[in-house]
Amino acid sequence: MEEMLENVKEYVIDEYVEDDTEITYDTPLITGGIVDSFSMVSLKRFLENKYEISIPDDKATPEAFDSINKICALVKEYMG
Amino acid sequence: MYKDVLKGIQDAGLFKQERFIHSAQAADIEVEYPAGSPLKEVINICANNYLGLSSHPEVVKAAHEGLDTHGYGMSSVRFICGTQDIHHELEQKVTEFLGTEDTILFPSCMDANAGVFEAILTKDDVMISDRLVHASIIDGIRLCSAMHDTFKHSDMRHLENKLQLHHDQRLKVVITDGVFSMDGDTAKLDEMAVLCEKYDALLFVDDSHASGFIGKRGRGTHEKYGVMDKVDIITTTFGKGLGGASGGCVSGRKELVEMCRQKARPYLFSNTIAPPVVAGVIKVLEILSANTELRDKLEKNTEFWRNGLTEAGFVLKDGDTPIVPVMLFNAKLAQDVSKDLYDEGIYAIGFFFPVVPQGQARIRTQISAGHEIHHLEKALSAFIKVGKKYNILGKTKQEIIEMYGM
Repeated sequence: MEEMLENVKEYVIDEYVEDDTEITYDTPLITGGIVDSFSMVSLKRFLENKYEISIPDDKATPEAFDSINKICALVKEYMG
Repeated sequence: MYKDVLKGIQDAGLFKQERFIHSAQAADIEVEYPAGSPLKEVINICANNYLGLSSHPEVVKAAHEGLDTHGYGMSSVRFICGTQDIHHELEQKVTEFLGTEDTILFPSCMDANAGVFEAILTKDDVMISDRLVHASIIDGIRLCSAMHDTFKHSDMRHLENKLQLHHDQRLKVVITDGVFSMDGDTAKLDEMAVLCEKYDALLFVDDSHASGFIGKRGRGTHEKYGVMDKVDIITTTFGKGLGGASGGCVSGRKELVEMCRQKARPYLFSNTIAPPVVAGVIKVLEILSANTELRDKLEKNTEFWRNGLTEAGFVLKDGDTPIVPVMLFNAKLAQDVSKDLYDEGIYAIGFFFPVVPQGQARIRTQISAGHEIHHLEKALSAFIKVGKKYNILGKTKQEIIEMYGM
């Protein structure tokens, strides 16, 4: 789990953070304005490719993607 | 309910107020501000009137003639009985001017951007946009069922990553502004065209802040970067450099324009541009096609203005377009400087969050071919006087932030 959290954190920082904002596993990403809901698609595709899963569109909600902890919980659910 | 919302907007310092201009749009204008105040003559350095054509005598005359020969309005959408010969003529002239295959008019470029994506894409496609594209493009993207992703502003490595990520989509469209209206920088269309070719993607450019003056003949950002034939779709406005009245268009590959004619909702369900405005824009394109005098003058004015502000010690955003942002970083400082400039007879507006990112407050100045050197000299003197008052001349970004905060 720790490795997954770090991988997702690294991706989020590289993809969305353009200044020195500090990100923790609980930082609100969507409601905190760090990840534009428009840009969630690349995060979803990254997770699907990296963990070889398929997340249904209706599960990839802004709420489910709102923190690194929540994202990893969702991924684990689909990893079986 | 709305009373509290409006109060919230006011308390946050984000309440927008109009300033009434009693004269025609030009370098010298008469302004009533605040409402009820005596009229004040000021120099306007915040209009999109890049080529000084908003009140050009030949354009005004052509609009009068259009009104006389073709009437005031059409009382119909295009495909019922709302298309005149001059609408068709303007579409042909825009096509020729931009060097594309075909053009369709829209009531505004906001409408063009709202309609184009939905007309040409499906849920099997992907739109990949620069993160700083104009709000009207965001609205158009929201109305479209295609997948949407973004790339970091002008970051070609990131764009390439996204093109690789979405390689399996039916169609990929890369979306950018030609000139970004807040920073005044230009999209790297040469590099984008190469990437689009490599990954078989379409290239879309909104050239609203470029048409008429960017490029050696003023054809736009695609001319500046030598990719006239590599851009698939251009949207632009007639409400800025090209006369400043209203109207916009989608111009590009013939079949894409035809798709808009068949499916774009703002085209199908609203009247197009009124006849006097159409006649005015036709004249604008005739003036700009005859010679490059106006865009050349704009280029010289911009150089004078940028050099003057730089030598005075202001912090500017880099660039070579007529959009010259004077960076102040702090929202209150931007508002105070704007007010003091107005007292000095200079009309320039402060921009701050959420229009620009937090800590990026600025005065956005916009230069015009309608300005004469004496206008710019007076404006420069006023900027220097106000800059001295706030002790920001020769100061770095960090020093200004230390004095005034972000």
